[in-house]
Amino acid sequence: MAKTNQPNYKIKLSVGDRAFDIANYTFMVLLMIVTVYPFVNMLAVSLNDGMDSVKGGIHIWPRVLTWDNYEYVFKQATILHATFISISRTVLGTLISTFCSAMVAYTISRPDFVLRKFVTLAFVLTMYFNGGLIPNFLLMRELDLLGSFWVYIVPGIVGVFNIIVIRSFIEQLPDGILESARIDGAGEFTTFMRVVLPLTMPVLATTSLFTAVYHWNSWFDVFLYNSSHIELSTLQYELMKMLQNSNATGTSGSMDGMGGTASFVTPTSVRATMTIVASLPIIMVYPFLQRYFVKGMTLGGVKG
Amino acid sequence: MLKNVEVESSVGRVPPARKAGLSLFLSRLVKQRTLVFMSVPFILWLFLFKYVPLWGWTIAFQNFKPAKSFGEQQWVGWKQFEFMFSDDRFLQVMRNTLAMSLINFVLGFATAITLAILLNELRAVAFKRVVQTISYLPHFISWVVAATIIQTALSTDGGIVNEVLLALGLIQEPVLWLGVGKYFWGIMGVSEVWKNVGWNTIIYLAALTTIDPSQYEAAEIDGAGRFQKIWHITLPGIRPVIVILMIINLGQILETGFEPQYLLGNGPNLDYSENLEIFILKYGMNLGNYSLSVAAGIFKTVVSIVLLFGANHLAKRMGQDRLF
Repeated sequence: MAKTNQPNYKIKLSVGDRAFDIANYTFMVLLMIVTVYPFVNMLAVSLNDGMDSVKGGIHIWPRVLTWDNYEYVFKQATILHATFISISRTVLGTLISTFCSAMVAYTISRPDFVLRKFVTLAFVLTMYFNGGLIPNFLLMRELDLLGSFWVYIVPGIVGVFNIIVIRSFIEQLPDGILESARIDGAGEFTTFMRVVLPLTMPVLATTSLFTAVYHWNSWFDVFLYNSSHIELSTLQYELMKMLQNSNATGTSGSMDGMGGTASFVTPTSVRATMTIVASLPIIMVYPFLQRYFVKGMTLGGVKG
Repeated sequence: MLKNVEVESSVGRVPPARKAGLSLFLSRLVKQRTLVFMSVPFILWLFLFKYVPLWGWTIAFQNFKPAKSFGEQQWVGWKQFEFMFSDDRFLQVMRNTLAMSLINFVLGFATAITLAILLNELRAVAFKRVVQTISYLPHFISWVVAATIIQTALSTDGGIVNEVLLALGLIQEPVLWLGVGKYFWGIMGVSEVWKNVGWNTIIYLAALTTIDPSQYEAAEIDGAGRFQKIWHITLPGIRPVIVILMIINLGQILETGFEPQYLLGNGPNLDYSENLEIFILKYGMNLGNYSLSVAAGIFKTVVSIVLLFGANHLAKRMGQDRLF
């Protein structure tokens, strides 16, 4: 965790030292502002009356507070359904991928497994090449996965990077634990389910976070495989379409309001609302997993 | 089971040493059948989803028509590659790819190393943790959200960038940043830094904790100042990590990413925003020229593998751990 390895002497700081500290802390505050401001601004716009936002000048605080934008967004059947698809693929994709990756990682962590070298090599090799866009597309078509929810899940059943990170973690577990399970008569699968899975939870927290973030943030597979199937659209893809629309006009929004309930919502305010909806789940989760992913990154980061 | 017996009897004629090896292998395979069931289904999956698509590389050597079967395709040899390398558009795309890679490489390393060192100099532990947590935030949000934020910030009607620059008197009127091609590489570089600089410090901060504190104490007794300690102790302490990461990144020079360029690219900046991945997508999905698209994909993969092995070799020569 946050540890300074500088000696913390209570000695008098020189003028130069103090100037450095002031500059450094100022810089850090500026960095935080630059990082957080765009989100605060989006939040303020999303909570402000759409027609009022057009006048400009909304920065960190809404001027005419309203929930209308959120009400409008969640009354759209398309967006509501896209939220459902996003959540489904994130939950299902993460559970399946984490479980299967951990299982493969366990088999190749067994030093006496006869296929250990073969399985490891087969997986690691795929990190260095890729069939590419068209061959993958043709494969999905052949497998009849186009226009199906499973095209989000099946190509990601296991993750090679995750397997390697989990394997390194399992190999660091004390030998005695697995041995005692085996002496108690547990088979390999039971050992995996009852002993290895619970013990690898810290690293599984990391790989699950990465996988969940990947699923939640994906839009390209929706665009590539399911763009003509509105019932399989995701939140990110809906936001992406809004972005492309405003790219075409060149500005961040236009004056024409969309007929809402009592008041009017504008493309700008709907976009801001969607941005918040699409990023809030992640923003609320990642700080709590920080110590896990920091460890996971340093575990699998360089060694690969 | 039956198959195993057959295999064993069929190898009965080979020399005894090999027979012993093979039957030992088979008997161990049977004994470890649980581990086999736990891994082999995923090998089949891997074969189907990662190795079978390589078959599609043949498309690059054909004049591929989706309606025809494999036997009916017209084979054209290296023609697609020849066309590609003489295509002005492709050369422009390569220029954009390499330029954005180089900018990301230099900016990415300089900013991440600087931020890691500055974070390391913070004495207030709680404050440091807050800064770190916040700095990871943009890494986790999607490029769609990031692109929406960037586009909003750069817009001419009330975008924060134009507002600040106008207030500081640096520009006289709002600039349509994304509408001018020559600004695009810079926008990409800054966006990349905004999104990933905090995340990229993780590995350096981990390396910094391995530096022996007594080195700083000794330097202090010798009268070293803040910058001298950074220059002579902190930086050399993370040098191996910097070198390894630089080498890995050299191997990925053609992987400029796809999402930010695609999401923020538009008509006016196309000449500067289109990179190799967008070229592959455009020819493949929009224009239906599968063969040229696959040729460009093969080019990208092969160059990347060569660079990667070269980088690995370089790492070994420089006495670092091998990368893989």
